[in-house]
Amino acid sequence: MIYLQVLANGVVLGGLYAAIAVGFSLVWGVLNVINLLHGSFIILGAYVAFFAYSLLGVHPFLSAPIAGLILFAIGYSLQGTVINRVIHAPVLMTLTLTFGLDLLLNNAMLLAFKADYRKVVLDPPLGSIFVGPIVLPLDRVAVTALALLMTYGLYRLLRDSKLGRAIIAIRMDREAAALMGVNVLRMQAMTFAIGAFMAGAAGSLLSIIYPISPLNSITFLGKAFVICVIGGLGSVGGAIVGGVALGLIESLTALWFGPEYAVPISFALLVAFLAIRPTGLLGRRGYE
Amino acid sequence: MRMVVILVILAACLAALVFGGNYALRLATIFAMYATLALSWNIIGGLAGYPSFATAAFFGLGTYASAILQSSGMPMVFAWLLGGIIAAGFAALIGLAILHLKGHYFAIASLALVEVVRELVNINDRLTGGGMGLNLPITHGSVTQQAVYFLGAMATLALITLLSAAAVQRGKLGFALRCIQQNEDAAVMLGVNARLYKAAAFTLSAVFPGIAGGIYASWVHYIDPSDVFDILLSVKPLVMVLVGGLGTLFGPVVGAAVFLGLEEAVWRSFLTVHAAVLGALIVALILFLPNGLMSIARRLPKAGQA
Repeated sequence: MIYLQVLANGVVLGGLYAAIAVGFSLVWGVLNVINLLHGSFIILGAYVAFFAYSLLGVHPFLSAPIAGLILFAIGYSLQGTVINRVIHAPVLMTLTLTFGLDLLLNNAMLLAFKADYRKVVLDPPLGSIFVGPIVLPLDRVAVTALALLMTYGLYRLLRDSKLGRAIIAIRMDREAAALMGVNVLRMQAMTFAIGAFMAGAAGSLLSIIYPISPLNSITFLGKAFVICVIGGLGSVGGAIVGGVALGLIESLTALWFGPEYAVPISFALLVAFLAIRPTGLLGRRGYE
Repeated sequence: MRMVVILVILAACLAALVFGGNYALRLATIFAMYATLALSWNIIGGLAGYPSFATAAFFGLGTYASAILQSSGMPMVFAWLLGGIIAAGFAALIGLAILHLKGHYFAIASLALVEVVRELVNINDRLTGGGMGLNLPITHGSVTQQAVYFLGAMATLALITLLSAAAVQRGKLGFALRCIQQNEDAAVMLGVNARLYKAAAFTLSAVFPGIAGGIYASWVHYIDPSDVFDILLSVKPLVMVLVGGLGTLFGPVVGAAVFLGLEEAVWRSFLTVHAAVLGALIVALILFLPNGLMSIARRLPKAGQA
């Protein structure tokens, strides 16, 4: 019976995890940039929700798109001004560059928001429901549902819009896309901005579940790594599979060994996946 | 040009040590440690072109291995060396598993190593003290005597690392690594045993940081996971090498000196924003000076001839 509950916990976390990772996966897959800013983007989105709720009384579910748009603007300008300049440089350069940018952003957040852990405490709380023997906290269910909806929205955007097709075209072949009249630099900035939007909106949603601080941006970045590698890089489906997989891994390791083993085991699995099956569980290159 | 730079740095260091007191001794010890880390990273990251972020894992492993060995009675210097060997063995094993990965995938795997080892140290608190950290045996002697002793140890290590790096650069291993960096498939086709050479490079990039970790632990008397597995310990050596010049012999040493100077200046004047200043430095470096300071030094004589 306990396993049903653990399974439910894992799946309920999984949807949110998918939304955390899908923007990171998009940027990695299309731009070939590992965006180490992603964790700080998520935290910044969470702070937007925190202040919107504590100062203005706006519910985090409503402020999520606003947080997303703020991060979209930051992402667009960062890619347009800085990252586009080195996008063809070797991995080491882009990785180190985003690390430096993350130090800047994270330090700015520490100064602005302090290191205290904060959390949006909904008033009144949403409570829980019982489905047979399983307890489902409603806030988590709602967050995961919205996160999945957002992730599906990204999928449709990539699939059906002209913008999305242009991004996929760049992913497939940058030079050919340029020859077909795609404005590559602009579309790269759009891709990075969409990735940042997803991070900001997901951060806004998770502010009602997790305590946030500039110090734990690295936690969410780490989760994004694990999800992308386990699920398979560069597809919406991979992010969802990886998200649910990480949710289950965390719940099961907490049950079997204790919660402190969740991080080492998920990272050990990351290394194992990289060593044995670098294409992830889904095992195909995606977004097409 | 290079020799002049090196000699000036050496002379400045000597003068500072004689006249500067304990602060200068401390700075010089950190310089030797940074140079060791940067020279080691350069073997895998600069020569072979594999963007490793595992330096913090090797360093931290060295600190904990030697601390635990010392608390079980092993003499200090042996514990340092064994700590280095343990880090090297770990690198050799892991290297065989992850060195077939390229680019981002290798970077991520090496980054994940740091997290895994740190969390394992955190969890096994009976052995390692967990988040409480570990105290090391107090060494005897006055403050200055100790400072001189650890500077001597760290500088000896840095010198050995430099000599090893020189041997690698001039030898068959360095040649093979440069081939791998330029075109690994072609190198393999021509009969270069890429697997072996990459594992050797990764192991070499671990052994000296492991020993440095041991010396560091004895020097500061107290270690804890968030300090010795700090991801900045992986990034700083890489930045130093970028400052000095990827794949060059003396570049990492010059980079370590420049970086340490900047770091001290920043720490002193902007304590609350030092991370941001370091970040800005990294961004500026990547955008404006991707080939490092040594590239300027190399350009200078050419400009003179023209």
